[in-house]
Amino acid sequence: MSLKLSREAFDDVLKDLGKEYKIYAPIRIKGEGRFSDTDVVRYGEVSGLDEIEIHEKAHFSPKEILFPITQTLFYFTEGEYQEPKYDEKKIIVFLRPCDINGVTRLDQVFLENGEDKDIYYERLREKVKFFMIECIEGFDNCFCVSMDANKTEKYAAAIRFGDDMLVEIKDEALINAFQEKGEFVNFEPTFIQENLVNVKLPDIEQITTETFEDDMWKEYAQRCIACGRCNFVCMTCSCWTMQDIAYDENNSSGERRRAWAGCHVDGFTDMAGGHGFRKNYGDRMRFKTMHKINDFKKRNGYHMCVGCGRCDDVCPEYISFSSCINKVTKLVGEERK
Amino acid sequence: MKNPYLPNKYMILDVQHQTDIDYTFRVACDIAPKNGQFVELSIPKIGEAPISISDFGDGYIDMTIRRVGKVTDYLHNLRPGDHMYLRGPYGNGFPLDHYKGKRLVIAAGGTGLAPVKSIINYFHQHSQEIQGLDLFIGFKSPKDILFMDEIENWMKNERFNVVLTVDKGDECWTGNVGLITQYISQESIGKDENLEVIIVGPPMMMKFTALEFLKKEILENQIWVSFERKMSCGIGKCGHCKIDETYVCLEGPVFNYTKAKKLID
Repeated sequence: MSLKLSREAFDDVLKDLGKEYKIYAPIRIKGEGRFSDTDVVRYGEVSGLDEIEIHEKAHFSPKEILFPITQTLFYFTEGEYQEPKYDEKKIIVFLRPCDINGVTRLDQVFLENGEDKDIYYERLREKVKFFMIECIEGFDNCFCVSMDANKTEKYAAAIRFGDDMLVEIKDEALINAFQEKGEFVNFEPTFIQENLVNVKLPDIEQITTETFEDDMWKEYAQRCIACGRCNFVCMTCSCWTMQDIAYDENNSSGERRRAWAGCHVDGFTDMAGGHGFRKNYGDRMRFKTMHKINDFKKRNGYHMCVGCGRCDDVCPEYISFSSCINKVTKLVGEERK
Repeated sequence: MKNPYLPNKYMILDVQHQTDIDYTFRVACDIAPKNGQFVELSIPKIGEAPISISDFGDGYIDMTIRRVGKVTDYLHNLRPGDHMYLRGPYGNGFPLDHYKGKRLVIAAGGTGLAPVKSIINYFHQHSQEIQGLDLFIGFKSPKDILFMDEIENWMKNERFNVVLTVDKGDECWTGNVGLITQYISQESIGKDENLEVIIVGPPMMMKFTALEFLKKEILENQIWVSFERKMSCGIGKCGHCKIDETYVCLEGPVFNYTKAKKLID
């Protein structure tokens, strides 16, 4: 079912849905950007249409909704383990096709890798409905088309923003909220067909230990400063570290939680006793690159990177991940389709 | 829904001081591991860490733990009757049946002896199941030697050939001095399809020990190693132990050398 709604009507629908769902979307936060007088666009809870920022790529991905930056796994009181209370309220997320494809990668790690499912992720994941933001033109540094992540069918509703709102509703549970709020039209979302940036993917069968030891990684040993921003803005970086804390006020109580971790950041591989791996920043770039465009596919059958380009947007050293992929491809040859 | 991160509470039965900084904890528990598997050990409000199971029996497991961090510092103050929290066992473990009926060579460096100790004890008690066991054990110095009582017992086993060495001796030490690679090179180990080699220890020791065996015409597929990596989950989610497309917690920590040599951190 597809409808055309006025912006006011769509806003009413959101307010109505807000009773049943927490609604997350990219929002503009004034003056909180990386440089003075710049804004940051990141995910936050919204209550109306005007709060949603769709003219700019969200600087951070929506992964924090499913995989929070820090998440309590247990509360401790006198040594007893207690799971946090479960919030029943369902969730709607406004996001672009690349990010919906990114969720497939998170699902792979948290739900499919190994025999156990990560229940903290699963409980959030089950509550989420995707409202896909139609994305026809993309932004600087996007290369979703090359990564085959520009299209998706996995959405509850798809939305074209404009003076009037066009909405395709796939999820029957949403029909009530939209019914009689607009007129029926023929609308199906269009997907971007060409980005400003293109990458050629490598033939992963030709990636060998020599590729790992190639001189191309030395450049990154010089340029990368191991800040980890590329990891933290990435839609598909899913690593985390366990942390226990005792509360200052009452140190017989505390919690065990997990926090995002990044393979570029110092300490990622350090073990008690002092052994660690990849001290060289070039090796960290190689490790991340290989995960995104080589070993994830060898394990799961498709590439991890979705080409959102946020890593290139955020790198303070202007390292381009898309250029790096192209360099690997130049080294080993192009993927055979 | 089952929460895979929820540990169980277990009571400490015994604490043996192996060295000043290595204690062996015996814990009453229903975990029935395979040789070479590990557990996630935690103390609420302090933290959680992956720990090898050094031995096990009916209703208990042993873990030999060096005091090197927050969790292990706390642990070393615990006594019999106190509790710790465990989840697991995790990892693949050694293929014990594959070694039966063969000549087994084990090279262990430092705390690397812990994950293979249960195998040595198994074949010590079931000597008829093996043609022979050559054991090369290296420690930094005499005061770092772990499991001395057990090593002395193994030395009495007729089917065992035990070489104990330290990197650096002291005025009381009359035994071997030097790296285990040097003692391996002196042994009459060579091309033998009925032989299996296990190497466990620090990364550099494992690398050079493997090269020493390869020099002696041992085939790559006859060599087994056990890896140690940072891990937060033990179940393939946290990403710390991943090497290429391999998760050490899921497909390891034990690898055949044909696989291990291709794993580049």
